[in-house]
Amino acid sequence: MSKIYYAPSHEYVMVDGNIGHVGISDYAQKALGNIVYVDMPEQGDDVTAGEEFGAVESVKAAEDLLSPVSGAVLNINEALIDNPRLLNEDPMGNWIMEVELSDPSELEGLMDEAAYAAYCESESH
Amino acid sequence: MNRELYGNVIFDLSKPGRRGYYLSPAGCEDALSSIPSDLMRKRQLRLPEVDEPTVVRHYTNMSTNNFGVDTGFYPLGSCTMKYNPKINEEMSSLREFAGLHPFQPIFSVQGALKAYHELQGLLSEIGGMSEFTLNPYAGAQGELTGLMVIRAYHDSRGDKARVKVIVPDSAHGTNPASAAVAGLQVLQVKSLPDGTVDVDALRPLLDETVAAVMMTNPNTVGIFEHNIPEIAEMVHACGALMYYDGANLNPMLGIARPGDMGFDVMHINLHKTFSTPHGGGGPGSGPVGVRAGLEEFLPNPRVKVAEHEGQKIYYITDEETALGRVSSWLGNFAVELRALAYILSLGSEGLKMAGPLATLNANYVKESLRDLYLLPIDRVCKHEFVFDGLIDKSTGVTTLNIAKRLLDHGFHAPTIYFPLLFHESLMIEPTETESIETLDKFISVMRDIAREARETPDVVKDAPHLTPVRKPDDTAAALNPVVTYFQLSQA
Repeated sequence: MSKIYYAPSHEYVMVDGNIGHVGISDYAQKALGNIVYVDMPEQGDDVTAGEEFGAVESVKAAEDLLSPVSGAVLNINEALIDNPRLLNEDPMGNWIMEVELSDPSELEGLMDEAAYAAYCESESH
Repeated sequence: MNRELYGNVIFDLSKPGRRGYYLSPAGCEDALSSIPSDLMRKRQLRLPEVDEPTVVRHYTNMSTNNFGVDTGFYPLGSCTMKYNPKINEEMSSLREFAGLHPFQPIFSVQGALKAYHELQGLLSEIGGMSEFTLNPYAGAQGELTGLMVIRAYHDSRGDKARVKVIVPDSAHGTNPASAAVAGLQVLQVKSLPDGTVDVDALRPLLDETVAAVMMTNPNTVGIFEHNIPEIAEMVHACGALMYYDGANLNPMLGIARPGDMGFDVMHINLHKTFSTPHGGGGPGSGPVGVRAGLEEFLPNPRVKVAEHEGQKIYYITDEETALGRVSSWLGNFAVELRALAYILSLGSEGLKMAGPLATLNANYVKESLRDLYLLPIDRVCKHEFVFDGLIDKSTGVTTLNIAKRLLDHGFHAPTIYFPLLFHESLMIEPTETESIETLDKFISVMRDIAREARETPDVVKDAPHLTPVRKPDDTAAALNPVVTYFQLSQA
């Protein structure tokens, strides 16, 4: 059974064992508007919690993606290369990268679904 | 314009064999035959074949679709789209300036060098700096030059560990971009809810690895950074320099000087603050100023003056310096002349009025609309301010819709979705050159749009209705850009 955690910068990580799927939240895709480009890491890259692993570009803005967890990138979602709008259509169903978590204790610093919903509420005034 | 007759792309008007001129044979066919065949073009150039009246009507009609500050109100936040007085054009097109060649002997261009020297002196006085270079061609190149000056300064002291530049999260995108191009790392510092830099968040970032802190004052949300003396002291105490982004210099003209606030290096956008042409019509100009002690790091060439038998002689130096050149000659000289004409025609008294009037105009518009548009930072602003869309978000009308609807009323849209601090940013800068009648008209249209959003939201969402091109699909344009006619015809 997987569990979802959120970072304050609006990325989520869906965790099953020591494998995490990282993407952007529904709130983030709505705020960005139509997404036209996703800059992703490469398979085998190491990512660090709180640090940039890529970027998303929409018709409104370009934003860095910050990884919620540290670890090695096992896979990237190649469907996003040709169709970045998948992130708008189904952000939870379309993760950006798959990471093998090197330090699962990092998850304790992230928000669960309820805490994240309250956080988004406070962000939008 | 008649769109049916004249709304085509020039290639659509092409008829095989149609032409404006018949040229006699070149008379150099022998020379052509000596060119190796692998250097010769194999395919005909795909140029439109049209007659002269068609070309003239096509472009004349197209030109009437232009929108500029000469045709209407242009409240594009952070761009200072002030009116460009026509005397600037007259001065820069004087034959004695316009006919110059960069290789002319120095003695024959004394007037031009004097104009350059005088403008750098005036900008130094206005900015509170010691010397300016006018050579950078635009604001972003000015930023890059300024950061290269800062690097050269640290390097000259053997202080090579300074690799970071700190920018506020409200900064213009050019700040981090210039720092990255200059080979420096970018760190972001948070803003407080009132839009100013969070001094407590900045403090722990300052150490011996920081080269500079870049700031805009008033900042990107139009708020004066009142902690600037404290920030400058902290930054200098860690050995870094303060960089002033001149994007928002307009409200400070003749009132407050970056040099007096502790800034060491700054750039000015002549195409904003000093009324030279702007946007696609440019070209721009991004002079860079430095405080005393940093002059030796300015790029070549520099214009200097000496006295000889009671006469001033202007000359150009091209010394061995860290930076070398950032431009081929003395920058966009005709743009510099326009800025000089602007400063001299306003005089010091006139210049001092620009900022207060720009500030008054911005606050007037802000206060007249704040009951309908969400004002996230409720303070007296300087030359510009930001709304976060409509207060009533239930209609689904977005900032983009409002911007498009303004076009139907003959106004250029404000800056939208910048700064990124808010989701529905609508950034308005009226500038000092607008009359109260224009401002009132804009306010009344903005109020009408808010009413339409409530009563007939689809009218706003489907806007614009009256522009030559209605609603480009910006997502498709970003995903599959079609930038030539031949791509279009193959699509």
